[in-house]
Amino acid sequence: MIIQGARRIDPAGGIAETAGVRVGAGSERIDGTRLLIVPGFIDLHAHLREPGFEDSETIATGAHAALRGGFTTVCAMPNTEPPVDSPGLVAQLVARGSAARGARVLSIAAITRGRRGRELADLVELAAAGAVAFSDDGAAVDDARLFRSALEYAHVARRPVSEHAQDSALSGRGVMHEGEVSARLGLPGMPAASEEMAVARDLALARETGGRLHLAHLSTAAAIDLVRRAKAEGVRVTAEVTPHHLALTDSWVAGDRAFAWERQRPGLRDDTARTATGAGGMPAGTGAQGEPYDSATKVNPPLRTDADVRACWAGLADGTVDAVATDHAPHASVRKDVEFQEAAFGISGIETALSLLLGGVAAGWGDLDRIVAALTVGPARVLGRALASDDLVVIDPALEWKVTSDELVSRGKNTPLIGRTLRGRVVAAAVGGELRYDALSARGQRGQATAGAR
Amino acid sequence: MTAVWRRRHVLATDDWSRDEIELVLDQTDAMLEVLSRPIRRAPALRGKTVILFFAEASTRTRVSFELAAKALSADVVNVSSSGSSVEKGESLLDTVRTLGALGGDIVVMRHAASGAPYFVARRCSAAVINAGDGWHAHPTQGLLDAYTLRAALGDLAGKRVVIVGDVLHSRVARSDIDTLVPLGARITLSGPPTLMPSAWRCGMSARGTVYEPDLDRALDGADAVITLRLQRERQEAGLLPSLREYARTWGVTQARVARMRLGAPVLHPGPMNEGVEIDPAVAHGSRSLIERQVTNGVAVRMALLYLLSGGHPAEVAA
Repeated sequence: MIIQGARRIDPAGGIAETAGVRVGAGSERIDGTRLLIVPGFIDLHAHLREPGFEDSETIATGAHAALRGGFTTVCAMPNTEPPVDSPGLVAQLVARGSAARGARVLSIAAITRGRRGRELADLVELAAAGAVAFSDDGAAVDDARLFRSALEYAHVARRPVSEHAQDSALSGRGVMHEGEVSARLGLPGMPAASEEMAVARDLALARETGGRLHLAHLSTAAAIDLVRRAKAEGVRVTAEVTPHHLALTDSWVAGDRAFAWERQRPGLRDDTARTATGAGGMPAGTGAQGEPYDSATKVNPPLRTDADVRACWAGLADGTVDAVATDHAPHASVRKDVEFQEAAFGISGIETALSLLLGGVAAGWGDLDRIVAALTVGPARVLGRALASDDLVVIDPALEWKVTSDELVSRGKNTPLIGRTLRGRVVAAAVGGELRYDALSARGQRGQATAGAR
Repeated sequence: MTAVWRRRHVLATDDWSRDEIELVLDQTDAMLEVLSRPIRRAPALRGKTVILFFAEASTRTRVSFELAAKALSADVVNVSSSGSSVEKGESLLDTVRTLGALGGDIVVMRHAASGAPYFVARRCSAAVINAGDGWHAHPTQGLLDAYTLRAALGDLAGKRVVIVGDVLHSRVARSDIDTLVPLGARITLSGPPTLMPSAWRCGMSARGTVYEPDLDRALDGADAVITLRLQRERQEAGLLPSLREYARTWGVTQARVARMRLGAPVLHPGPMNEGVEIDPAVAHGSRSLIERQVTNGVAVRMALLYLLSGGHPAEVAA
């Protein structure tokens, strides 16, 4: 189809100036005056669960969910069963990814054999087999000496090491952010310092080795500040934040359902806002209210405070944070429909990511161009890759949609946004010039209607 | 009394108004009257079934609820289990479905996981009373402590109550705070910093509680003290150096009780580690309301069972 009159945001400058933008094949002309056309997004951080946890997600369902979210490239994390720590598995995963004909699927391989944190995986061979980065995500590499070796080796393999920066002794058996809300709910907390300490260690090692460090899902103001200073010193480090850490706070665990930008009341400082509470110690006047202890709000790193959310946006604005990555963590209901403390960590977020980000932009918390960059050229730079010029995404920024289990193509329905109406959605996505998701053209809309009626 | 009872469940008192709390306390008066009769029984819950689902060991609270339900002529069923649901290979969801199928009117539950009663209440048609969930809440304990303190001190407005001990892991402390603060009490927390929620230690408390690590200073001029049970495994977890040191530093002794206002009472939710968090002389002394708490506990639980089953405030049929 050919989309005419749409606004184009192209941080890489690759879209040719023509009367209309061709997305996929076909010659249907679409009036795009309310639409945005952007390069396909790259997700540096998603859990596609295959092999081992196919009840939660498969490479195919994950690759199609990614496409719905505007991600034409998705990096699969290796915490599968077995973990992706061998060249054969990497190759197999990439092959399944391309067979799925959804988003392009890239493989991030484990840093250590079996993700056990004891000995290095064969990083050079893994890179040769197609691994684009290394990570033991889900947990940090606790052994500093081993992590230093990983950074040195990854340097040779020319790949970044993506670290889940968290001091495991300090975060202990915590299930949410340690703070006022965890105190009230009686849930064991994970202090912000557990992330700050691990980031400090990782930065020291990156400085010393010159290895390419990528910090996954930063969630605290202190950690972002450390990265800001390290970058100023010239340390080779990149960082990502997730949409949920940009939109939600720990008050969601207590049942609050106001986005960070809805919680702000002019003239009130953070602590004042905390004290101005309703009878239940909940912030008054925010309206939206859900159930407390909803395991869909349980995620690692945990949802943090208002100040941390603001720091994540500030990090994006000044380039301290290079990328927004979803940390899409789908789970089958058996792992979430249990007591909060027993539930698995993770939010299924790849299909709601853009809507959350656009919400923040609409509230004036961020800049649209910067968000698009953090979804495209930012992550491309982390991987040392160029953007594919024929991966394109069409966004309807005014389209309102309700998040429901049926609406999500991911097998993971574990998001606290279920039931919520969001604004802004991807309506078409093309990968390598092929239109793979289409809710825009006449034919595509008919297809969607049929799919919906099934 | 203008308050109207509208609650379907009693999960925590964290969102209760002063009027609602006072309504339950007033109802408790009526229940104590029933308990003082020669035949301690009222027909209010005849034909109703109360299921006691205790997924964590408890004798006192379970027996208290059982007595309360029987005093109101309810049928009582016990569904006890020990160990976590994971160990047993039975999920809470499965248990909820069973409870639903059993068709009880009221489920009284104790569970090791904070928030578990919310999970059950969301999925089951019966009214749910939380009899203690993890570190989170023990609303009937909070209400019975409020009742006991109100009976001893009168109006709690402006009264200063010290809660000493392992606040971090204590559902009793949380429910005491949630119940006493709306009644106007001011709360001072004391105990080792490692056993305080970090936010409350550094002044970030939605309830306006104050932390004073020095128990002597905390008790100076206080109107009452609630002593929390110290679990011995806290020492094994490295949260305190020794029980001996704890007893010296935060144990409630007669000398410390003397720092409070004349006649100020001492409470303890039980079971006690005498000689650790409380001196036996204090526990069994004239200031102790510990046995009174046990009696009041039955009456408070009767009041809640009665209100949840649709009874009208302050009229218990004879």
